[in-house]
Amino acid sequence: MLPLTTGYFAGYQPMQVLFGLFAAAALTGAILIKDRNLKGMLWEALAVSLILMLGTYLAHNTIVNLANRKIATGFDFLDREARFEISESLIPYSAASTYGRAMLVGFLNTLKVSILGIILATILGVGIGILSLTRNWLVRQLAGGYVHFLRNIPVLLHIFLWYTAITNLLPPLRQALSPVPGIYLSQRGFFYPVPEPATGWTAALYGLIAGVVLAVAATRVARLRQDRTGEILPTGLVAILLVIGVPLIAWLVGGAPTAFSVPALKGFNFEGGTSISPEFFAVFGALSVYTSAYIAENTRAGILAVSRGQIEAGRTLGLSEGVILRQIILPQALRVILPPTTNQYLNLTKNSSLSVAVGYPDLVSISNTTLNQTGQAVECISIIMLVYLATSLATSALMNWYNRSIKVVER
Amino acid sequence: MAIEMTGPATMAAPAGAPRDVIGWLRENLFSSPLNSVLTLISFGLIVLVVPPLVRWGILNAVWTGGLERCKAVQGTGACWIFIAEKYRLILFGLYPFKEQWRPLLMTVVLIALLAASMNRAFWRPWLGLAWLLGYLAMGILMWGGIFGLAFEDTDKWGGLPLTLILSVNAIAFSFPLAIALALGRRSDLPVIRMICTGFIELVRGVPLISVLFMASLMIPLFLPAGVDINKLLRAQAGIILFTGAYVAEVIRGGLQALPKGQIEAADSLGLGYWQKTGFVVLPQALSLVIPPMVNSFIATFKDTSLVIIIGLFDLFGSARLAANDPAWRPFYVEGLLFVALIYFVSCFSLARYSRYVERLARQGDQR
Repeated sequence: MLPLTTGYFAGYQPMQVLFGLFAAAALTGAILIKDRNLKGMLWEALAVSLILMLGTYLAHNTIVNLANRKIATGFDFLDREARFEISESLIPYSAASTYGRAMLVGFLNTLKVSILGIILATILGVGIGILSLTRNWLVRQLAGGYVHFLRNIPVLLHIFLWYTAITNLLPPLRQALSPVPGIYLSQRGFFYPVPEPATGWTAALYGLIAGVVLAVAATRVARLRQDRTGEILPTGLVAILLVIGVPLIAWLVGGAPTAFSVPALKGFNFEGGTSISPEFFAVFGALSVYTSAYIAENTRAGILAVSRGQIEAGRTLGLSEGVILRQIILPQALRVILPPTTNQYLNLTKNSSLSVAVGYPDLVSISNTTLNQTGQAVECISIIMLVYLATSLATSALMNWYNRSIKVVER
Repeated sequence: MAIEMTGPATMAAPAGAPRDVIGWLRENLFSSPLNSVLTLISFGLIVLVVPPLVRWGILNAVWTGGLERCKAVQGTGACWIFIAEKYRLILFGLYPFKEQWRPLLMTVVLIALLAASMNRAFWRPWLGLAWLLGYLAMGILMWGGIFGLAFEDTDKWGGLPLTLILSVNAIAFSFPLAIALALGRRSDLPVIRMICTGFIELVRGVPLISVLFMASLMIPLFLPAGVDINKLLRAQAGIILFTGAYVAEVIRGGLQALPKGQIEAADSLGLGYWQKTGFVVLPQALSLVIPPMVNSFIATFKDTSLVIIIGLFDLFGSARLAANDPAWRPFYVEGLLFVALIYFVSCFSLARYSRYVERLARQGDQR
């Protein structure tokens, strides 16, 4: 907390004058002095003093304005009671929780929609990208149309179109569509059954994680063995067996529970099962489909960048088209595809901030509510920016690490 | 799955290949079992999607008449008279109805200038003069206040003209900033390099919406008491700073693509930093980055739709405004599709133009 005394404010103007004098001196020196090194340093000094001058000026104005408007400063508000509800949350939250916890809820919601969006966008994008290069004329046209149509409309418009389609075109809750028994689609969201909590299901979940880890390990071992002896082990089959088999055994050992909580219409709402809100679905659907168009273009460019001789060599060896695609084209194309696709992942994460437009409670929309209640614009916007900056840097670091790990090791 | 590596455009039919319909079908749609399955799936998708859309959008749609006819087909057919009824609100926002010829004329002037700038033959000094005069004329048209035109404040601006103003200004004014940032990032002076890199990475790491919030909520705090900048100008400033960081990276790409020999040649001629940059480096680097610059413009054009969140009525915002009319609310989707069409046509043709410039540049290299 800065001490809000007049003496403190008064300190700013002399500082501005001082920095101004520095700037003037540096400028004169930079023009007059001929020595290159010294000249460079003086230009730098000029830039720094100008920035400091502007910085102290803005800081001074901000502190005066905040004091005039009786707005508090500092991050103390994070510990105060938030007094607003949040429609969906991954962790326990109520109106009695703190602003800090509300922001955490928002951040987790941002992560949820971004991670799920990235997964779907990658699957759709890579698929469409490959399809846009087939010999099949019709498929090529459809894939091209998909990319052009999606890319040339603003992402915010996509989000609104999805949201409007869900809330205007789907029936109200009481006449919810039920394409499959137990699953209901309505303008208030999608409802679907979930297993009743039981040890068997928990065991199956852990089994699934263990199965995936084992499958990855088995693939690694097989690869090492192939490198050493040339013997090819059936890794695909083993991996599928592990991923399906281990959770299945865990489920059977855990008592093979079969009870499901199925949503049923009671009064004004569904009870049982679980639901996806229209807000989440609109943001998730729009972001992943929009981003998939860009990833499709990256994939296409990446595959085209693989030299034609590689594919001809594969055909000469008598490999099937599928093996050529998986073992020759994709690993090489991946190195070209990855850097621009990392950018698309970052864009998707940043675009999730548009959730605020349809009311999905992501970090930005909760910070916005907090900002309106507390008036502490500087703090709230700084939190948004810092969190996104940290997320972006972390994603870049992760993808750079992955990029390095798949790089060709040259002799 | 067979991947066509050379791309469809360069595939030439072998001499004597069957050119009839059946031959074409067999070649392009049913060349292998997998291809046949793909064709059938695509065909199924088309049959599933297109007829309902045609029914909703054309056959059952209401093209003439009044609201009651739309109410009758609600849910089964589109209500295009919503567009006919509200197109002026959607296109020009809250600009006074009688004066809407002014933003219309401004839009025409701006699009004419943009179109002229797309033609390489017009890249002469007089084009810059035309832009200056154009800006002056556009300012007079939009604000008015002289020549007997009534004064219209920026809070009444809206619709397509606002979208165009925001995006064209964003590119035009971020350009000098971007050049400075790009040169700064490649400068030999470590402090300057750090400042420029820091700014670029900071802005590129945060979403545009946070920059717009900052522009609309924090700029008033930064200014001394009594000084007030209107909301449009604040949003514009935010968009310019944001675009600047992205364009700077595009320009840096051009700077990096420049052969080192060019700079060494300039050094050996004894040129100073500014002469070298102004006469050798920038002209070549900038002409290299025209296609990606057009792509930045497309991105900015789409991104300006975000100003709706801080309460400005651009093209998209005024479409929402039109749908606020309770009677017409059910036909919001039609309004959104109309706006989507305008965005699509603009961005698609710009993207085509970018491809064309790229091809021209490649032809230039081959000479």
